[in-house]
Amino acid sequence: MLKPRAVYGPEHEMFRDAVRGFIRAEITPHFERWEREGIVDRSYWQAGGRAGLLCPQVPEAYGGPGGSFKYNCIVVEEIGYAGYAGPMTDFSVHSDVCAGYLLNAGTEEQKRKWLPRLVSGETVCAIAMTEPGAGSDLQGLRTRATRDGDRLRVNGAKTFISNGQHCDLVIVVARTSDAPGAKGMSLVLVEADRPGFRRGRNLHKLGHLSSDTSELFFDDVEVPLSHIMGAEGSGFATLMSELPQERLIIAFQSMAAAQRAFDVTCEYVRGRKAFGQPLADFQNTRYKLADLKADLQVGWAFADQCLERHLRHELSALDASTAKLWCTEMHGRMVDQCLQFFGGYGFMREYEICRLYADARVQRIYGGTSEIMRELIARNL
Amino acid sequence: MFERRLFREEHEMFRASVRKFIEKEIAPYHQQWEKDGIVPRELWLKAGAAGMLCCTIPEEYGGLGLDYLFDVIVFEEMARSGFTAPGFMIHCDLVATYIKSFGSEEQKKYWLPKMVSGEAIGSLGMTEPHAGSDLKNIKTRATRNGDSYIIDGQKVFISNGQLCDVIVLATKTDSSQGAAGITLFLVDTSLPGFVRGKKLDKLGLKGQDTSELFFENLRVPASAMLGTEGQGFALMMTKLAQERLAQAIRSAVVAETAIDWTVEYTHNRKAFGGTIADFQNTQFKLAELKTEAVIGRVFTDACIEKFMRGELSEIDAAMAKMWLSNLHCKVVDECLQLFGGWGYMWEYPIARAYADARIVKIAGGSIEVMKHIIGRSLYRELAGRESVRPISSSRDKGEGDKPKGRAAA
Repeated sequence: MLKPRAVYGPEHEMFRDAVRGFIRAEITPHFERWEREGIVDRSYWQAGGRAGLLCPQVPEAYGGPGGSFKYNCIVVEEIGYAGYAGPMTDFSVHSDVCAGYLLNAGTEEQKRKWLPRLVSGETVCAIAMTEPGAGSDLQGLRTRATRDGDRLRVNGAKTFISNGQHCDLVIVVARTSDAPGAKGMSLVLVEADRPGFRRGRNLHKLGHLSSDTSELFFDDVEVPLSHIMGAEGSGFATLMSELPQERLIIAFQSMAAAQRAFDVTCEYVRGRKAFGQPLADFQNTRYKLADLKADLQVGWAFADQCLERHLRHELSALDASTAKLWCTEMHGRMVDQCLQFFGGYGFMREYEICRLYADARVQRIYGGTSEIMRELIARNL
Repeated sequence: MFERRLFREEHEMFRASVRKFIEKEIAPYHQQWEKDGIVPRELWLKAGAAGMLCCTIPEEYGGLGLDYLFDVIVFEEMARSGFTAPGFMIHCDLVATYIKSFGSEEQKKYWLPKMVSGEAIGSLGMTEPHAGSDLKNIKTRATRNGDSYIIDGQKVFISNGQLCDVIVLATKTDSSQGAAGITLFLVDTSLPGFVRGKKLDKLGLKGQDTSELFFENLRVPASAMLGTEGQGFALMMTKLAQERLAQAIRSAVVAETAIDWTVEYTHNRKAFGGTIADFQNTQFKLAELKTEAVIGRVFTDACIEKFMRGELSEIDAAMAKMWLSNLHCKVVDECLQLFGGWGYMWEYPIARAYADARIVKIAGGSIEVMKHIIGRSLYRELAGRESVRPISSSRDKGEGDKPKGRAAA
């Protein structure tokens, strides 16, 4: 179990208990099937809404509980620590990323229409940035939203979109003008029931198996001009102001999963005997685990500090990049070194450490690769 | 660049034919086999007909009696293809080698021709749920009963577990003893009492039928024993260097191949007005990896030559296995990163190579066991010098993976 930390008060710990109860009742019984099927049940979303786990930061005026982003962190920490990376990412993209865009960049009308539905789970939201030919290089995006009278016509293809099969609403990053570079970019809300919207394959991944990551196609999809979020051409600026929150939450995802890997490993090495003694007694085991424990302590301290800063609106792009880079790289080292102690069992999917290892690899890639994080940090030097 | 000097023209001709075989008989079906978790038996028969199985088996036992480099070529080309489903390496490098080296005339005449043709598929039964690196601690028992033995026990993580027709099985004939109580049997899997357990769902090597196996009151004739009673551990020790060399050979090629894929991908992938290859970070990362891959190649080839001269020591092999396994994992990790999101998609070979890779630091002697062997040898040399006594070469034999002291694993 994750230990209480100074960043949280008693009200947060009560919420944490509720999240744990939700995981036991709504994820654990179905998780293996979801991993096999490559997708969670739709009822998982409604259950999350009923239990108050979706978009806890959304104010009451928009149908939310009006909590702080700490509650978002708790949801991610607990589902991540339970080892359920797929369901964790599903909620995280919806609550921590998409709802953030709506709250901070949406028009009043957009917020009133969509936020209550995101909170209840009636609407599942996705954000479509990456394209087959452009990932880290957002300015290289090709999807276009072209003005046609009082409508926009959206054309293009997106890939690696989390919630791609379940989503009812997609925040599409598209080019609305030929203005060079970032200036021509806008965020456009596209409902999945509009003609011309098509879901591609549910992609087969190395890990996060129960998360529906998909291609999405937009073939002359018509939306009213009022579907542009904020001002036309403001898309890139919005991305820049929202990405730190996404990177912070990915740091928390990695901390929780790394802590889980460490805890299951400590338990395993105590029980597993080789050469007449528990693995835990070998000096190699003890020293390796000591290094990993130190990594966890440092990581939590930094992540929590960033969370406090975020709540004070002081989290810089540099802080967020540092947290994402360090925590996800540490997560990668953690699962690799932990798996080694499990010997052959570590390679078997029925062992949790195996799944944790496969799930971990994407953390250094999505939400901005480690290379992009280094680039952002280096620019600030 | 260092030219490889090991191979002659006939080897390169064979290499070309192995590549063609992989292209024609494996590549089109591999995705399906990954779904099935197993390859069809016909593949083995085809591989046998193509002369790819157990190349070194002498003609009198149905083989071609070729040199070790022909086996090397099969392992290398399989590794280069990225296709991991057919478990040829265990079959050829381990099982056939054990039978060839330790089998009675009758055992050799019975099994080897079928293994060369692919009619009989071999596997090696060592690991048990509670004994992996600590092999001396196995619990599977073989009890003498008249002129037969009754075998009871359980094995796990057995490659070719669903397909195998013959198993080199490590058992305890004397449970009061450690290494000295271990005896090998050649078990015919058509015998009553042999039970295949479930096929295990793994991180990678998805097309391999890695399984649990059970032995329930299984009766084998005493003539099924490989070597003599209590000799099993010592026999296994003599083949460990070869087993570990084969793994280094595979890892060296995977590292080279993953770098090739990544050079090609980064050269073509456009970003930020150029390609990924234009970035200093990309070039520097790949420069480091390439350098290490070349060092690994030179060392691996030196080990192959040493092995063929009969001079490859347990320590050389441990170093090769450890260093190349580490390199293998490092290369696939760093290369995958340069593929970005595509690297996480199963349809990309680098994603599968990443998943397949993780076992190489564990199977066939974990990194920790390799370190133990190497570390122990250092102090043994020192002890030898201090006592001004020549170290007999036999001192390293027969003890093998026997860690002493707390720093062992």
